[in-house]
Amino acid sequence: MTAPRTLLQLAAPTGLVIAATLIGATVSRSTEIYFINALVAVSIVVALYVFVGNSGVLSFGHISFVAVGAWAAGVLSVPEQEKPAFMPYLFDFLRDTTVGNVPSLLAAGVVGGVFALLVGLPLMRLSGLAAGIATFAVLEITNNILRYYEKIGPGLNTFSSVPETTDLAQAGVGALVVIVAAFAYQRSRFGRQLRATREDPAAARAVGVSVYRQRLGAFALSGFLAGLAGGLYVHFLPINVDAVYLDLTFITLAMLVIGGTTSLWGAVVGALAVSGLDSLLANAENGLDVLRWTIEVPAGTRIVVVSALMAIVLILRPSGLTGGREFSLDPLWRRLRPS
Amino acid sequence: MSVFVTSGLTDFLRDAVDLQVQVDAIGLGAIFALMAVGIGLVFGVLRLVNFAYGQLIMAGGFALAFASERGWSVAVGIALCFAVVIGLSLAMERAVFRPLRTQSPAVMLIATFAVAFLLQSIALLWFGPLGKTAASLAQLNRPVSIGDVDIRKISIVAIVTAAVCLTLLLVLLNRTSIGLHMRAAAMDFQTARLLGVRANLVSAVAVLISGLLAAVVAVMLTVQFPTVTPGFALRETIVVLAGVIVGGMTRLGSATLGGFAIGYASGVLGGALPTAQSQYLPSLVFGVVILVLLVRPGGLFTRGRPAVERV
Repeated sequence: MTAPRTLLQLAAPTGLVIAATLIGATVSRSTEIYFINALVAVSIVVALYVFVGNSGVLSFGHISFVAVGAWAAGVLSVPEQEKPAFMPYLFDFLRDTTVGNVPSLLAAGVVGGVFALLVGLPLMRLSGLAAGIATFAVLEITNNILRYYEKIGPGLNTFSSVPETTDLAQAGVGALVVIVAAFAYQRSRFGRQLRATREDPAAARAVGVSVYRQRLGAFALSGFLAGLAGGLYVHFLPINVDAVYLDLTFITLAMLVIGGTTSLWGAVVGALAVSGLDSLLANAENGLDVLRWTIEVPAGTRIVVVSALMAIVLILRPSGLTGGREFSLDPLWRRLRPS
Repeated sequence: MSVFVTSGLTDFLRDAVDLQVQVDAIGLGAIFALMAVGIGLVFGVLRLVNFAYGQLIMAGGFALAFASERGWSVAVGIALCFAVVIGLSLAMERAVFRPLRTQSPAVMLIATFAVAFLLQSIALLWFGPLGKTAASLAQLNRPVSIGDVDIRKISIVAIVTAAVCLTLLLVLLNRTSIGLHMRAAAMDFQTARLLGVRANLVSAVAVLISGLLAAVVAVMLTVQFPTVTPGFALRETIVVLAGVIVGGMTRLGSATLGGFAIGYASGVLGGALPTAQSQYLPSLVFGVVILVLLVRPGGLFTRGRPAVERV
């Protein structure tokens, strides 16, 4: 594999994210929200991709890492005098500690990563259906605890008064950091070993790859990135425990599947395409003017369209829009110069 | 402190052995057992965990609510419920399960996840988040006095219905040729096909029976919870799924037993535990699910070593 080609594989997804950020900077304030949302979605989906894409093992549990990341960043960055208003039962050290923006994001990543590592220690022995269901159980447990354990967060309350520092620039930089980390990982020997276990577990074992260890490493890294994304999310919107539960799990999985599970390019394309479609439909629910036609769809159309799209992609094109391949100009060359 | 705990425990035990709580818990267990059979049967034949099972029940609930709002008779309402649920199950089998039959179980799991969200969001679009009320069978929720305890009629109805359904299913599986085909397909789909079992027929029948059971469950759940929302039966399905895995997915008997056990346990704990102590119950249940998947992937109620391919 030649160097320019490798570079292009990184340049394409980062270029797309930079383009989205730049376009987002030119539009109105109310439209900008959709771009920030899409960029946060890119971070979450790429974090999910690091594990699911490279290992081929299904995870319904990644939103728990997003959730604990959001909890960590949120609890740590609310100003001290505001904490008792909606988090009256916090542990003392959480109540008395307030950190700035970047440290809170780092804390979010670390908490997500450590949690993923602890969860992964037993769970990475599973694969296939059992892994899917066990990670789903992790999501249920995390949600249950965050919902009722008020010493570590707001419980059922909304995260109000978290500084809203995730603007367009920070969401863009965050997405880029996650993409570069994912790219660096998949080019490293660990990433290659894990991809080998995805393609053929028996052959990978035969050449001395530890399936368990490679999966665990990817799971922890992916948990770190998901936690970071959760930090970005809580600094963007006043969320509550239901915002990081089944709906987000579904929509991020749908983005990954629609884009193409096995490539970074697919994760980014899927996240941006589905976010774009979702924002368009969200606008259409309030009436959208396109070339003098007013398109109006009933509220709730968004999820219908996204889930139908996901089912159709799974049935007709299981490898996703990008075919699960990294970005490459080869198909274009071939079309231009038919030999 | 210890006095308090002891008296709490005595209260709990007194409530737990209360006949009314017991019958209600067995009734809930019976409904959950039917759901477990519906999920387990499809898993057995197609190796497919149907996340969308709760949404089938939800659709049946909306059919009942639709009929009761228009003042149609109970019989018509139930007929409509069966028609909707069975039609939907067969459509699901034809449009999603059949094309994906050759894919890995994980892909099928994601696909049914998508179908679940699709159905739920269509219901949201159609009926709104507040849902509709299915009131025509509400009189079954009233208690009947036996001796000096009041037992809700629905609990008795649920237990009898579940017993009848399970008996009929056993007869079907063990005494008819399509039942034999289904058991063969559950053991080894490829070999069964080689020996002349018709794959499409077997998978359609499994989904059909599973749909029938979903309709039965829809009727009984709407009696207990008359407000049908788009999220109707979602929690129940997730809990039953947990029960099925703990019991043992690979055998219908152990899956059913798992479903019943988790229904019975939630009935007893829900009836006897104060809210403050039952709020972490889901964590406990799913902790057990993870433990079982790790330690006994075949389930608690199965004997012998499970086949490796299933985990």
